[in-house]
Amino acid sequence: MLDVRNLEVVYEDVILVLKGLSLQVPDGDIVALLGPNGAGKTTVLRALTGLLDVHHGEITRGEVTFDGERISDREAHHIVAGGIAQVMEGRRVFAELTVEENLRAGAYTGRTDGSTDRVFDLFPVLADRRKSTAGYLSGGEQQMLAIGRALMADPRLLLLDEPSLGLAPQLVEQIRDLIVEINAQGTAVLLVEQNAAMALSIASHGYVLETGKIVLDKSAEELLADEDMQEFYLGVQAGGGRRSFRDVKHYRRRKRWLS
Amino acid sequence: MTFFLQALSSGLALGTVYALLALGFVIIYRATDVLSFSQPALMVFGAYWTVYFATVIGWNFWVALVLAAVIGAAVGWLVERVLLRPLVGRPPFSAVMVTIGLDIVLRVITDDLLGISQRTVGDPFGLQVVNWGGVTIPRSNIATVLGAILVISLLLVFYRTTKFGLAMRAAAFDQEAAMAQGIPVGRMYGLAWALAGSMAAIAGTFISMGNSSLSRSTWVFALRALPVIVLGGLDSIRGAIVGGLLIGVIERMVGAYQPGTAPWLGAGFEQVVPYIVMVIVLLVKPYGLFGTREVTRV
Repeated sequence: MLDVRNLEVVYEDVILVLKGLSLQVPDGDIVALLGPNGAGKTTVLRALTGLLDVHHGEITRGEVTFDGERISDREAHHIVAGGIAQVMEGRRVFAELTVEENLRAGAYTGRTDGSTDRVFDLFPVLADRRKSTAGYLSGGEQQMLAIGRALMADPRLLLLDEPSLGLAPQLVEQIRDLIVEINAQGTAVLLVEQNAAMALSIASHGYVLETGKIVLDKSAEELLADEDMQEFYLGVQAGGGRRSFRDVKHYRRRKRWLS
Repeated sequence: MTFFLQALSSGLALGTVYALLALGFVIIYRATDVLSFSQPALMVFGAYWTVYFATVIGWNFWVALVLAAVIGAAVGWLVERVLLRPLVGRPPFSAVMVTIGLDIVLRVITDDLLGISQRTVGDPFGLQVVNWGGVTIPRSNIATVLGAILVISLLLVFYRTTKFGLAMRAAAFDQEAAMAQGIPVGRMYGLAWALAGSMAAIAGTFISMGNSSLSRSTWVFALRALPVIVLGGLDSIRGAIVGGLLIGVIERMVGAYQPGTAPWLGAGFEQVVPYIVMVIVLLVKPYGLFGTREVTRV
């Protein structure tokens, strides 16, 4: 469904952030995009949704197609109207509007009749607080609101940027289950995460992005079993067992994919 | 008592026009973070078209007013699209400078259209007055208050209930997040300018009704909406309305009582009063009466 080929993105005409990145999200799947800080994960999402020019970035090579149609040169609102919605990093709810107004803003493209039933079914806590000012919700509630707002556009593909960021472990689990449920309702998900264990537990396929390049491209089970993956992203020591922070010495072993 | 009521009524009429003008500033500021200094020119330019349609062509005054509002909106939209859209993402200060330049250019054009004479806007009220228990109120003042209430109500309904109003508020709060929801932010900016342009045209027509008229010097009037918006809070619609009424009433009250009670303050003191009120309010409430502080969780 979503097909990214050899994408190259440059900020301010000089900073090369993505160096020929390719990835696919098949219809109805959950795909995880993992990687450390500064790898370019958020840039991928900006490139997909037409938000690069806000940050003085542009796609210099490669293309993005959605259902075979080229979307890499479309404006953001056309892309949302075409069925791709995103939940931005840091939630970015409209803090001064109420919960309900936030949701209605999400339905701007008019792909649905603006009914909030689906969102309130998924997130009953939002239904209780529909008249509250969004800025005063707790972090977890704001994350749910941000996801709900994106769902109001009735997307066929949902892009999630670090939905676990800054949330308590229990809430992370709750959000994870909700992502599974949204996916079960027929929405494909591209999940951008630093929390690799959480992402791979629900994804069918995973990509690992480092300094603008895809370094691993495997199914979720293979990634979970991968030795490098375990050591560098899942906190499991070679030879099994969790490792203590005291023993972390990254220079001891080179990542195999760098050579 | 009659003296007081008379001053109050004329203050309210003046205040509603201030409110209309202030709303123009506020709508643009909220949407784009730019304080538009071209409102005075938009006001006189818009009002000119009422003069044109009602007195030169001779159509019905109300039809002329609506047409002038439409032209005001079109000009506002065009200004945003052509002059300000390229500056999106640049420091707001550059855009503010552009609005000052636009104000000068547009006013020169309008001066030429208006000529040097005082032009009546062709309203049906003339110098007629209504007498309510000894209080004489010009009909044009009543029309101004009712008309402004209608326009402001329409604006509030638009802002609160329609999808475009909501999208404008969302875009004003977080431009990028609004884009991510599929809201065409550029179009919302255009819409804000169009609204402000039509409100300016209506306000310009209202202040030129009755015993006043439209001339080259009418534009100064719009600058008195500046203390109104600073008083009410730059980004507050409620503040613009309350501030407008407050300033209007205070100005006329001072105009009515000061020459008798404190003549040593000199003539024309009422024109200074809005600025004095503004300074006092800012000392006490730096965000203005209704300006929003940032919503943050503690």
